[in-house]
Amino acid sequence: SLCTAEALKATQLKMSENGVLSRAKVLTIDTMNPTVKKVEYAVRGPIVLRAVELERELSEGMKKPFSEVIKANIGDAHAMGQQPITFFRQVLALCSYPELLNDSTFPEDAKSRARRILQSCGGNSMGSYTASQGIDSVRQDVARYIERRDGGVPCDPDDIYLTTGASDGIVTMLKLLVCGEGATRTGVMISIPQYPLYSAALAELGAVQINYYLNEEKCWSMDISELQRALDEARRHCNPRALCVINPGNPTGQVQSRQCIEDVIRFAANERLLLMADEVYQDNVYAEGCQFHSFKKVLFEMGPEYSDTVELVSFHSTSKCYMGECGFRGGYMEIINMDDEVKAQLTKLVSVRLCPPVPGQALMDLVVNPPQPGEPSHDNFIKERTATLSALAEKAKLTEQVLNTIQGISCNPVQGAMYSFPRITIPEKAIQEAMDKGQEPDMFYCMKMLEETGICLVPGSGFGQTDGTYHFRMTILPPTDKLTILLNKVKEFHQKFTQQYS
Amino acid sequence: MSQQAANGVPCRGKVLTLDNMNPNVRRVEYAVRGAIVQRAGQIEKELKEGVKKPFTEVIKANIGDAHAMGQKPISFLRQVLALCSYPELLEDNKFPEDAKHRARRILEACGGHSIGAYSASQGIECVRQDVARYIEKRDGGIPSNPDNIYLSTGASDAIVTMLKLLVCGEGRDRTGVMISIPQYPLYSAALADLGAVQISYYLDEDKCWSLDVAELKRAVDAARQHCNPRVLCIINPGNPTGQVQSRQCIEDVIRFAKEEHLFLMADEVYQDNVYAEGCKFHSFKKVLFEMGPAYSSTVEMASFHSTSKCYMGECGFRGGYMEVINMDPEVKAQLTKLVSVRLCPPVPGQALLDLVVNPPQPDEPSYNTFMKERTAVLAALAEKARLTEQIFNEVPGVTCNPVQGAMYTFPRIALPQKAIDKAKEEGQVPDMFYCMRLLEEEGICLVPGSGFGQREGTFHFRMTILPPTEKLKIVLQKISDFHVRFTQEFS
Repeated sequence: SLCTAEALKATQLKMSENGVLSRAKVLTIDTMNPTVKKVEYAVRGPIVLRAVELERELSEGMKKPFSEVIKANIGDAHAMGQQPITFFRQVLALCSYPELLNDSTFPEDAKSRARRILQSCGGNSMGSYTASQGIDSVRQDVARYIERRDGGVPCDPDDIYLTTGASDGIVTMLKLLVCGEGATRTGVMISIPQYPLYSAALAELGAVQINYYLNEEKCWSMDISELQRALDEARRHCNPRALCVINPGNPTGQVQSRQCIEDVIRFAANERLLLMADEVYQDNVYAEGCQFHSFKKVLFEMGPEYSDTVELVSFHSTSKCYMGECGFRGGYMEIINMDDEVKAQLTKLVSVRLCPPVPGQALMDLVVNPPQPGEPSHDNFIKERTATLSALAEKAKLTEQVLNTIQGISCNPVQGAMYSFPRITIPEKAIQEAMDKGQEPDMFYCMKMLEETGICLVPGSGFGQTDGTYHFRMTILPPTDKLTILLNKVKEFHQKFTQQYS
Repeated sequence: MSQQAANGVPCRGKVLTLDNMNPNVRRVEYAVRGAIVQRAGQIEKELKEGVKKPFTEVIKANIGDAHAMGQKPISFLRQVLALCSYPELLEDNKFPEDAKHRARRILEACGGHSIGAYSASQGIECVRQDVARYIEKRDGGIPSNPDNIYLSTGASDAIVTMLKLLVCGEGRDRTGVMISIPQYPLYSAALADLGAVQISYYLDEDKCWSLDVAELKRAVDAARQHCNPRVLCIINPGNPTGQVQSRQCIEDVIRFAKEEHLFLMADEVYQDNVYAEGCKFHSFKKVLFEMGPAYSSTVEMASFHSTSKCYMGECGFRGGYMEVINMDPEVKAQLTKLVSVRLCPPVPGQALLDLVVNPPQPDEPSYNTFMKERTAVLAALAEKARLTEQIFNEVPGVTCNPVQGAMYTFPRIALPQKAIDKAKEEGQVPDMFYCMRLLEEEGICLVPGSGFGQREGTFHFRMTILPPTEKLKIVLQKISDFHVRFTQEFS
């Protein structure tokens, strides 16, 4: 009979609700790419979908216990009111509409940079495709920036690839690395907690994710013995080939010590792992005694035994730091000690997508080539940059402080990046109710918080955490007074929630 | 695999080598920026360093990049982009009100009123609404739901995303994707990267590169022996071939897709680039809906557009969108989830797209200039299309189909047997050998037909029609002269 589900499926027919027979779709949940189904990205996941729904309901006049939804889920500084750096936007406007080069309201240093960028564009227009690896002069400027940052360690512009945000470069590198089947399938080490681009990319590529736990008791520091444990265990079922480190950390905010970075490099060298250093928060360092140490710099300071051999890729972006220009999708990666033939394959691979967005490339050029002392825009630039970074430092401190006054919440110092990742105690009754609903306990908690306060955070389960622990990630980006209100609402909610489920 | 260091100390091989990298990536080729373009880049460098050549500049007629070839941006579009980039300019009375109005609207739709904020992953909502309205206007009122619009980082991004969603199965069940020969090699590259099976269907060169359903049928039947055909890709207007398919043809293709249970992918990025008399762009969606509900409520389709072509030529901004039609809601949720991982397409590109679908209207200050600029660009392209076809057809051994649309010519070239033999000796595909010679002798960079696919034993090249008319005339003359010389040399 045609009417059994099996028979229908076999004939690719489908019975609709009113009894009409029709063909099943070509593309269904059962016939789509299975690895895509495994992909999750909590930063824009279910809780954010609900937050957007709530915003819609609010704008339609529905009554809520709050008057606005606060999106503290995503590291988007401008969305939270941070102002762009004036100089950057001036140059971008000049590049977009070069007639403005005749406009006397723009400073000479902005015009000079715009002219230089336009001269390196086909037809002197930002509308041309660029070289697939990125505009030559921009890559040269990036290389010079890296050399300055790293105290003179040489950087070859040919090792620089401009990208569509750092995410693009990270995914491209992971793609290059993935091969093998079954027990020889590529394994990639990533921290728990991690920024879920990594888990998403690994799921999509069908690579094996190898988790190494950061030490919450020690301010989320990395522990080589833990790396070793994770690696040894993984060797039994896959072929570990890469080690990803996010420093400063996301979601955890820790800034790794120089010693730690050395140890990681040594570990990667000994265990023959390609090192991927996600350093997009390199200017976001707040805590006293903390300093950003670039993996490349440390690598070269360890001498040729390491600097000639360890394969390292480091990533940067225009989305974070003091710029916060997420929407421009600017970024780069620097490739160190890559096999020449593989590099040629990489160059070929990026050519298929033609080139990264040119406005983002132009923006990156300004980030690595900002106004210098003596240039007209210098003072204002430094003023804006300093204001942004010190506001972030202040908010990092405030966040840690307030959250630590809440019983049942404990927050490691926010040493860098843009997030706090406090640990929360969830009462047993709440855990039970969550499980009954088929929800992760911290998702249950965050959903409740969203519905009752309008505050959108991301549950720790979206980043990974030690079994039996719960966290949430909250950005420190809202303006200080709003952040203060936010933190107090979180406090109130936590107390209420704990009471409710006691 | 160990290596000896210079001082004799054994050192281990690299972690990442050609032998242990992703094998699919090794199979990827993209001729538009392949070997010949790399050589062209080298030659440019040599010229700069003062090396003597038989020419003073390299002409890059390999890539559909209008601005690089001197085409000017549309003023209005760039004014709005400048206003969005630096909103202080909203106080500047040099900018027309309609530009300011659109900039304000875009900024209001951005987080913190800044184009530096991430947008929704599917794209800024009001832009998607504008795109839907544009599609409705274009298609004579057929409804478009903004929720079916996904903004993307150029059309390439959306094409790859859709292909990614579609690929599954192993061995004989592996997803097969039909694509024209010749094709734009993004498709072959993406299919290689994804490990999907490429199912080639041949366009008919003798009938102006038209599509023949019998050929589609042949290809899909043959493919069913070794894979699971699930997708049919069509580029209209065509790249590299420039043909503009007839309405009848589009209907036939839709009917074929329904009968064979294929997901249709319609690459329509050249929809405004139509030049030939009697040719007209018919959107797949419009035809689909005109075929009635038996088709319009069942055939699954995605159509793609971009800000890189048409009259805008804004390649560098990486703007684009796809419209998905009749997609399964669960799959759509997966698509939405997938695009969220990359956060959002570049916001300047989204803003640009908004202006493309929402240009100055007759009663607005910028309208006249806008129309003037747009018309000039499209008229120049039409003229160059005609000129190209005419001149190439005067060369013995070169046959050029009418350039009905898009931005390229794909003439067939007769290569003497001696040249074919010489090419083989040098380990080169014959039309690559030909194009490399042309590059070295004249400094003109084209892409050999082998990079796009062609019938066995035939040879072609793809040249853009983008250089300014006077320069194009010179280029066409040089190629014609080269062809005669080359034929002579290898006779």
